[in-house]
Amino acid sequence: MAKITFDGVEVEVPDGTTILNAARQIGGSIVPPAMCYYTPLKGSGGKCRACLVRVAAGSAKDPRPMPKLVASCVTPVQDGMIVENTTSEQVLNVRKGIVEMLLINHPLDCPVCDQAGECDLQNFAFEHGVSTTRYQEERRTFEKIDIGPLIQLHMTRCILCYRCVYTANQITDNRVHGVLGRGDAAEIGTYIENIIDNDFSGNVIDVCPVGALTDKTFRFKSRVWFTKPVNAHRDCPKCSGNVVLWYKGKEVLRTTARKDQYGEVKEWICNECRFEKKDTSDWTIEGPAHIERSSVISANHYELPVLNQSVVADLPESTQRELAQNPPLKLGS
Amino acid sequence: MGRKLLTEHINVEGINTFEVYRKHGGYRSVEKALKTMTPDEVVEEVKKSGLRGRGGAGFPTGMKWSFLAKPEGVPRYLVCNADESEPGTFKDRQLMSKLPHLLVEGMITSSYALGANTSYIYIRGELLYVLRILEKAIAEAYANGFLGKNILGSGYDLDLHVHPGGGAYICGEETALLESLEGKRGNPRNKPPFPAVQGLYARPTVVNNVESIAAVVPIINEGGDEYAKLGVGKSTGTKLISACGHLNKPGIYEIELGVPVEEFIYSDEYCGGIWKGRELKAVVAGGSSVPILPKELILKTAAGENRLMTYESLSDGGFVTGTMLGSGGFIAMDETTCIVRNTWNFSRFYHHESCGQCSPCREGTGWLEKVLHRLEHGHGHMEDIDLLVSVAKQIEGNTICPLGEAAAWPVAAAVRHFRHEFEWHVTNAKEAAQPGAVYRANGVLV
Repeated sequence: MAKITFDGVEVEVPDGTTILNAARQIGGSIVPPAMCYYTPLKGSGGKCRACLVRVAAGSAKDPRPMPKLVASCVTPVQDGMIVENTTSEQVLNVRKGIVEMLLINHPLDCPVCDQAGECDLQNFAFEHGVSTTRYQEERRTFEKIDIGPLIQLHMTRCILCYRCVYTANQITDNRVHGVLGRGDAAEIGTYIENIIDNDFSGNVIDVCPVGALTDKTFRFKSRVWFTKPVNAHRDCPKCSGNVVLWYKGKEVLRTTARKDQYGEVKEWICNECRFEKKDTSDWTIEGPAHIERSSVISANHYELPVLNQSVVADLPESTQRELAQNPPLKLGS
Repeated sequence: MGRKLLTEHINVEGINTFEVYRKHGGYRSVEKALKTMTPDEVVEEVKKSGLRGRGGAGFPTGMKWSFLAKPEGVPRYLVCNADESEPGTFKDRQLMSKLPHLLVEGMITSSYALGANTSYIYIRGELLYVLRILEKAIAEAYANGFLGKNILGSGYDLDLHVHPGGGAYICGEETALLESLEGKRGNPRNKPPFPAVQGLYARPTVVNNVESIAAVVPIINEGGDEYAKLGVGKSTGTKLISACGHLNKPGIYEIELGVPVEEFIYSDEYCGGIWKGRELKAVVAGGSSVPILPKELILKTAAGENRLMTYESLSDGGFVTGTMLGSGGFIAMDETTCIVRNTWNFSRFYHHESCGQCSPCREGTGWLEKVLHRLEHGHGHMEDIDLLVSVAKQIEGNTICPLGEAAAWPVAAAVRHFRHEFEWHVTNAKEAAQPGAVYRANGVLV
């Protein structure tokens, strides 16, 4: 076990834990933002530099500060480490710079982007960025590419976090999804315009922090904040079948995997659940999905949800536990 | 002229063949090390020599070797970084193509010191002809029992491979090099873990520059203490300097560290002064990534002392008034050089060579290039000059690998020392945009 001090808060974590995960155990607003790190994906992280923190003391044995800011998502903790995130002016300034860098070639087409409202880059820029730009040059653009009939790649929006590359490598067969080119001409590609053809390809949409990979069955159907997320499950032979259905009226507009508070997928879902089962009758509804109060999606208006108690006993154990922790409002309460 | 340890026999006819090289004292270090020394003694000699990495960072080689993790039953690797592609640096190419056996000899001795039974030379993709020379030398070494099983009857086995890269500058960064050697995309890795713990194929690995490995040969032959007598202070031994630019005699010089910069530029023994009788304007002392210095600061430090060709003297004054020895790519520029254009050119290189993995470098290098392009072509504004400094600062220190710094330093230094030229490019935009236009103190075109 290693004891570290993060922004003045002490926390004890197992050896080998990264600084970011140690901070997540503390939770709250001191957790560094992460645009590329994704816990379920091995090898992810270290690329976007959004989570840079200052290590004021390396360890109890060697209390010298680290010379440069370090990426908290890939740097393991040492016993006695003192880390500064929001308490360091330098870190906050650098983070402003990172936002600026990520945005200079981003098209800022949020008004027509399907990801707007649940976009990591939007949130990151809103919290840490400045409202103006010093960039006058032309922005980098790409043609849109269809990766199969269900997924569209719009590289112009991509921030090259590599999450989808790791997803395609680690949870699907037949590696065709990777990065082509170099520098700011680098692009996600399926050499050349291949189709990712397997049952779990749709997960690349969920891991994308921006609107670069979008669900073609949902494109331009609705703004996300006009839809209502509802937890549901079904007996799926391929995956866990635990999903979030996004309703507009009585229509299921899209299906996504369930995510935790850091936007990370809890369980991967298969393409059948994601793209084909769009009727309420395909699903057992569990209740409204939890949405952070800070999210624009929570600004829509729920009717009082109904929890069908006869269903609860049949739910998977994990879902029952979650319901016990975050009980939905009861009718009439 | 100082002593030459590496290039003494470089012009001997047929020195690239095993017989001639052997006749001139080649492979003595292998015999000495394998027959009379333990691996730890070899490491100790290199430590004593004070040899510093010749690839650019100048980290003590012996120290690097002693950091190598040595778990039981796990193979270790030595990788030679021959991916020399920094603009202005061309020393390794010459060393390898003329004296291939020197590198092979150094690799055998160094591998023995580190206990590596498989070693690699990762060579820049453009240097295919050098690769062939090296492969021939390696085949000769195998044939004569210096490589393979049970070398010289000592029981030590070593296999040496040459691997060509695809020609990417980023693969000169040690972890990107290892990725590329493993057959993956050449993206630098996050550190820690460092290569000394988890390098090639997740095994402990040492990555050294060609010249560092070649320097092991004279160190073992003559002893670390003898080697340390050359040079000044912590900059020991000799260093290859590849001098280019507006010099009378550009080329590769093996100097004893400690030669004054002024002597190096102006004496007939070395570069022989600036060509066409012109004035020196600026010098980039260690390859394109190190800060550029104007004439006054490269010849004398801010304190007025003579600047010497050593790691310490060149970095005297930090980045405010100093620079770095780097990899020894010495670029001299005469008074007809436009610093803005030159900086733009460097920036263009780093923009092209950024791997695109981490955001400050991927976006920042392109931004720097575009702003410099604008300034050079007469579309700049006064704010752009501060913008350059600010963007460079946003890249520096926030990236995965040092390419970010390499892109940021030359720009920041050019603005620091030649701000008036940048301003002239804004105020006299029309003039500055003309081809060949150069700032002169009185504003006259060349």
